[in-house]
Amino acid sequence: MTPPELAVQEATGRSATTAVVNDFSIQIATVNGSGSQTANLVLLRSLFQTGVPVSGKNLFPSNIAGLPTWFTIRASRHGYSGRKKEIDILVAMNPETARDDVLGLAPGAVALYDEPLKLNDVRDDLVFYPVPFDKLVATVCPDAKMRKLVRNVIYDGVLARLLNIDLAQMEQALGKQLAKKARAMALNMAALQAGFDFAVNSLEKRDLFRVEPMTATAGKILIDGNAAGAIGAMMAGVTVVAWYPITPSSSVCETLATYMRQYRMDKETGKATFAIVQAEDELSALGMALGAGWLGARSMTATAGPGISLMSEFIGLGYYAEIPTVVFDVQRVGPSTGLPTRTAQGDILSTAFLSHGDTRHPMFLPSSPGEVYEMAIEAFDLADGLQTPVFVMSDLDLGMNTWMADPFPYPEKPLDRGKRLTAEKLQALGEWGRYKDVDGDGIPYRTVAGDGLPTYFCRGSGHNERGQYSERPADYVANIDRIDRKFQHARTLMPPPVIDRADGARIGIIGYGTSHWGIAESRDQLRQEAGIETSYLRLRAFPFSRDVEAFVAAHDRVYIVEQNRDGQMAALVKLDVDAALAPRLRSVLHYDGLPLDARTITDEILRQERK
Amino acid sequence: MTIPGTPTPAPGKKVNRIGLALTAYRGGKSTLCAGCGHNAISERIIEAFFEMGVDGQQVIKLSGIGCSSKSPAYFLGQSHGLNAVHGRMPSVATGAMLANKGMLAIGVSGDGDTGAIGIGQFVHLMRRNVPMIYIVENNGCYGLTKGQLSPTADIGSTLKNGVVNDLPAIDLCALAIDLGASFVARSFSGDKRQMLSLLEAAIAHRGTAMLDIISPCVTFNDHEGSTKSYSYVKDHDEPLEEISFVPFFEDISVDYEPGTVQAVSLHDGSTVFLKKLAGDYDPTNKSMARRVIYESAARGEVATGLIYIEPNRPDFLALLNLVDQPLASLPAEKTRPPREALDAIMDALR
Ligand SMILES: Cc1ncc(C[n+]2csc(CCOP(=O)(O)OP(=O)(O)O)c2C)c(N)n1
Ligand code: SF4
Repeated sequence: MTPPELAVQEATGRSATTAVVNDFSIQIATVNGSGSQTANLVLLRSLFQTGVPVSGKNLFPSNIAGLPTWFTIRASRHGYSGRKKEIDILVAMNPETARDDVLGLAPGAVALYDEPLKLNDVRDDLVFYPVPFDKLVATVCPDAKMRKLVRNVIYDGVLARLLNIDLAQMEQALGKQLAKKARAMALNMAALQAGFDFAVNSLEKRDLFRVEPMTATAGKILIDGNAAGAIGAMMAGVTVVAWYPITPSSSVCETLATYMRQYRMDKETGKATFAIVQAEDELSALGMALGAGWLGARSMTATAGPGISLMSEFIGLGYYAEIPTVVFDVQRVGPSTGLPTRTAQGDILSTAFLSHGDTRHPMFLPSSPGEVYEMAIEAFDLADGLQTPVFVMSDLDLGMNTWMADPFPYPEKPLDRGKRLTAEKLQALGEWGRYKDVDGDGIPYRTVAGDGLPTYFCRGSGHNERGQYSERPADYVANIDRIDRKFQHARTLMPPPVIDRADGARIGIIGYGTSHWGIAESRDQLRQEAGIETSYLRLRAFPFSRDVEAFVAAHDRVYIVEQNRDGQMAALVKLDVDAALAPRLRSVLHYDGLPLDARTITDEILRQERK
Repeated sequence: MTIPGTPTPAPGKKVNRIGLALTAYRGGKSTLCAGCGHNAISERIIEAFFEMGVDGQQVIKLSGIGCSSKSPAYFLGQSHGLNAVHGRMPSVATGAMLANKGMLAIGVSGDGDTGAIGIGQFVHLMRRNVPMIYIVENNGCYGLTKGQLSPTADIGSTLKNGVVNDLPAIDLCALAIDLGASFVARSFSGDKRQMLSLLEAAIAHRGTAMLDIISPCVTFNDHEGSTKSYSYVKDHDEPLEEISFVPFFEDISVDYEPGTVQAVSLHDGSTVFLKKLAGDYDPTNKSMARRVIYESAARGEVATGLIYIEPNRPDFLALLNLVDQPLASLPAEKTRPPREALDAIMDALR
């Protein structure tokens, strides 16, 4: 597809010179560590402040400095937040990748580049804007050492002029980025102005992309999913956090620590109502979380695939000894170290069954920061409620990229700490057994050290309903079957799928997590370009509600869209639905590490439909 | 008044300061081999907690996996216990203490559980100085998996099946000292008196109290050629001091000859008295502690007693500036920030 593809499409019947308003993608190609983050966020934020729906995605290498990095901003008046496959405007700042970056553009795209790179020789079907960055920066920043820090802001100034973004919005966005650092602010403003003035004096606008003020972002916030998870965990009342650094999950606990220091110090004493510990590895991180959960604290850890692998054995203990804790898995590309800074939905199967023996774990499947927030809170209640480890399955795209969201609502539901034995309950029951199912839902009553109630010995080895060591076959089966009842019960406790049934649609789509954004847009493409109506079911949790089976039954073909090679969620769905329905399931798979885009889904569904 | 160090007279009949009899500190029936050193250690734990008048409801007991790690089920039946996974009890204990700092934690591990699969967690437990008693029941072999070599087996020692160990042993006490442990002791499961005093001092200590207790495995490692057998340790035990312990609730009045006894006060007001056998031995001197371990090992001896103590090193929980109430029982008013807090966070993201 050509870059101004939507424009062309929407311009049908209009002249090809119609401006493309608030509907384009910008890719900024820089070198990791070159200080482009401020410039990129200022650009993103200025669009947001102008009322235009935006999303920002950072495609970065596993490296601190020196390797190529691409930051993509999508402005979409339709509100599409998924990645746009086609780049409309390239800002080429990285000499090493510049040629390839330009060669990858479709005809008609814009390439703004650092003048000495002489990219206009590479091809003749693009709109080129050469900008002499070094010259411009030298005029505004006499101190050569500081130049690197403000050089990138120049492209913001150029783009402000070319795209018609109000400089005042950029100034406000800069102010937000730089807080109150007056000197940095002055330098950056000068660079911004220099870029703008250069464009006024030396560049002639020859492309169609334009920004016009909208009101679509009023009241919204900009946030990444990891920060959303951190806020959710804090509002859920987490008290013990143990973690080990790993991209893309580290900022869950780092952001959490920042917020906790601000909002969770006890008013009277000034002391912490929480403990956050950087453990020596993920084994230990989960061990600490389980230890705290055993004693009745709300505990959590956050990790990515390699950590999940290490946690496998301990999760089995948590499952079988029935200890609540919450694990945030911000998924990235594997196997092994894989592509550590690229996104995937590759831990679905391994996490669903993590550990050995008969284990199955509840997983929340958030699609947006708002859902990470809400599901984080629910996850703590569910962990306590079911007395088991619970997973929140995010991914790098959701966790580390910038998304627009509605402000998070204050949780109205009080904390639910689950079935804890009390003296009164004990009296009513007459006799207590730690693993005795008295209510028929598989969930027993628990006691914790320090509560003055009967004690028990908690273990991963075989035990009977009183918690005593037992290798009796009947005890084992009774116990493991009861634990399964808890899991079945979870179907009704977890968020149901979001279903959009199109009248008469023969085709259904199932998605989850960040795949949602590409799917939502792809459904419009399928309708507009091929006249295909689709129904859509977005999973929000595993175990599935019974609606999933009904959805599959109601459609001839159901495409399960996900970001892994083997169709991991499709496998879980197949296990869950009537075997006769399995032939209706098809997969749309995307696993190159880039966030999933609509075009990929549309093309693949059409290809399979034509077969 | 009890003269420190004198064995407790006929327990069972008497009650301790919280009115409990010794039986209240017992646990389930041991399923370990008769004569296993681990059983003797369980007995001493029962006595020490009884003597100290500890409330079992305030104790958590933890372990990894192994014969040794089974033993928490055999003492302190009134306490909550947890059998973790192999080698990873330290992290669980750390998390538990973070959740409720009012607990007294006792962990039991084996030399395989600690020295092999769990060495990483052991290292970080010592380094953090998490308040807990950490006992390694050290038999130089793997009991539960039927007699393989462990990393604490001495070089040249043999197993019952004739396998000779050709790798150097990890000395857990030396390692613990290097790592910053604040209480490091070594004893022998057959030495009732020394072990009892050490355990009582460990209960009074705030920080990790690491006790490496040589505990022969009668089934796989108690024969000629083993350096962790009853007979070998009896012959090569080199006590550094005679150790006596006076809990804070007893009057301190001890007979000792000035100059030969060193008193170390612990955080709760208790005192350990160390009657020096080895000349000028000073358990608060790190380099001396290291030297005595290496020098006695070089002589083929096992230095036992309180090898190193640093009673005032802040423990891990103290470093975290936690509220006084256990985190686990904080009410929602303290753990869910008010509406205004969320509003402020949201405003900053606009
Ligand atoms: C991950 C894992 N690997 C291996 C085992 C098998 N295993 C159980 S106990 C044990 C060794 C125990 O030796 P030690 O800690 O010295 O205790 P002892 O039985 O001698 O008291 C091993 C290897 C296990 N339980 N878990
Ligand atoms: S096998 Fe050895 S360590 Fe295990 S119980 Fe028997 S004597 Fe003790």
